[in-house]
Amino acid sequence: MTKTEHSTAASDITSQPSISVRDLRVNYGEREILHGISFDVQAGETLVILGGSGSGKSTLLRTLAGLEQPSGGEVRIQGLNFPALSEREKDELRLKMGMSFQSGALFGSMTVGENVALPLRENTALDESTIEIMVRLKLDQVGLSGFERYAPSQLSGGMKKRAAVARALAMDPEILFFDEPSAGLDPIIAAGIDQLILKLKEAFKITILVVTHELASAFLIADRMILIDKGNIVANGTPAEFRASQQPRVRQFLDRIPEAEVTGEIDYLQMLTGEIPPPRR
Amino acid sequence: MAFLETIGGSTVDGLAYLGSLARLTGRASRAVFIEPFRGRKLGIGRAVHQAMSVGVEAIPIVSLISFFVGIILALQGAYQLRKLGALQLVASAVVLVITRELGPLMTAIIVIGRSGSAFAAEIGTMKVNEELDALETMALDPIHFLVAPKFLAMLLMLPCLTTWGDFMSVCGGGTFGVAFAGFTWTSYFHATLDALVLRDVVTGLLKSLLFAVVITAVGCQEGIATGLGAEEVGRSTTEAVVKSIFLVICVDLIFTAIFYFAGPR
Repeated sequence: MTKTEHSTAASDITSQPSISVRDLRVNYGEREILHGISFDVQAGETLVILGGSGSGKSTLLRTLAGLEQPSGGEVRIQGLNFPALSEREKDELRLKMGMSFQSGALFGSMTVGENVALPLRENTALDESTIEIMVRLKLDQVGLSGFERYAPSQLSGGMKKRAAVARALAMDPEILFFDEPSAGLDPIIAAGIDQLILKLKEAFKITILVVTHELASAFLIADRMILIDKGNIVANGTPAEFRASQQPRVRQFLDRIPEAEVTGEIDYLQMLTGEIPPPRR
Repeated sequence: MAFLETIGGSTVDGLAYLGSLARLTGRASRAVFIEPFRGRKLGIGRAVHQAMSVGVEAIPIVSLISFFVGIILALQGAYQLRKLGALQLVASAVVLVITRELGPLMTAIIVIGRSGSAFAAEIGTMKVNEELDALETMALDPIHFLVAPKFLAMLLMLPCLTTWGDFMSVCGGGTFGVAFAGFTWTSYFHATLDALVLRDVVTGLLKSLLFAVVITAVGCQEGIATGLGAEEVGRSTTEAVVKSIFLVICVDLIFTAIFYFAGPR
């Protein structure tokens, strides 16, 4: 068998999507943020979730990572309906996922090495020397060799993000979530993070979901993209399809066309909450 | 009408708050006392680290304040006892008030100021930095990981600190007694031990256990409920201290009343 034939055969066996979202609704209190969205992510695919501020993209990522409870719909991760699982079953599934937060969310009271070691220490029965080796391996993979003893406060913004990725990789996850990986970074450092994501994609075939509004990064790393606007998916396709799309919202986003001036409080609230739903595709 | 609504609303909110404290205490207790027997180890290293900062590092300030309170109590007691020609009772007056009431209460208030606020600030900052979310994504329960070690440390350290504080207060009273009331150190301690009843010490330590539960629960709950932003961390730290002091006094009142009405006549 050639390599492509072999991988086709493999994908026939595991043809169910890695993540499958159906009619997902999420509320914050009385307000509905996500209005019944549906999409799939195939195993090994990199999906970029685009959207403006307040569109609901971070809420979507948090719900997929199990940090928010949906008020309706299904989130199937590797075939299991995640929100309906018991805490123990959820924890088992969480060990197959890793998340890199916007600000890194490294534990300030621990060194970089201790941060990366934490999931291994708490969730496995590995001995200290093995954990030490794995920490060095993970830091090596993200380009932070030798930084085990540094405190998070001693790292630059880009290095903190890398350390956070190393920690997310500690348990060799099958799914990785990135929340705004380039936020607050200069273009050169941001490009470094993009290269890291590409490297993870090539080397480990991990399913990767990235929330971002940095278009350059998005087009570089995505296999597919979705655009979320006011809690609805308004576009879903490959980067090429996005570039060619004539959908007004997509064009506004890609061509950086600003919103019409908001002239009053009512307009502002409507803009934020999307009480007037956008026209369907 | 609006006034009644406000009272009703506040009462419901207060009861809901007590409910959230009870829930947190329940989960922390399960993590400390039950889950280690089901194979889910508690972070003993973290608990020891907490015990050091809650207990050992508080010894200097607890010693100093308790010593001064002992002197103050002896002065105030002696002021009245002198008129009755009963100055020799100052030793028993000090030890009874200290062991039954002031010792546990003063120590709890010191610990609220040091550790209750620190718990709220630490956990609140972690909330703002998404560190609590990060723990969850690593299949680590923040209650098990953060709250339970603090809970265990406080349960062990507060009674010890209270006992030490009681001793320092007696020494303070003794300083007054030896200097101005005609005692020697030996006679002062003899008089203290004569007046001391086991029941008084035990009630004091039981109170300190309950105070330990309140201080940890309120400090951690305020931390977990912190909103977004640095200002919110400051606010929840202040709330933790104020609410802890209030609830500790309430618990003290209820407990003292129970011991009064249920105790031997």
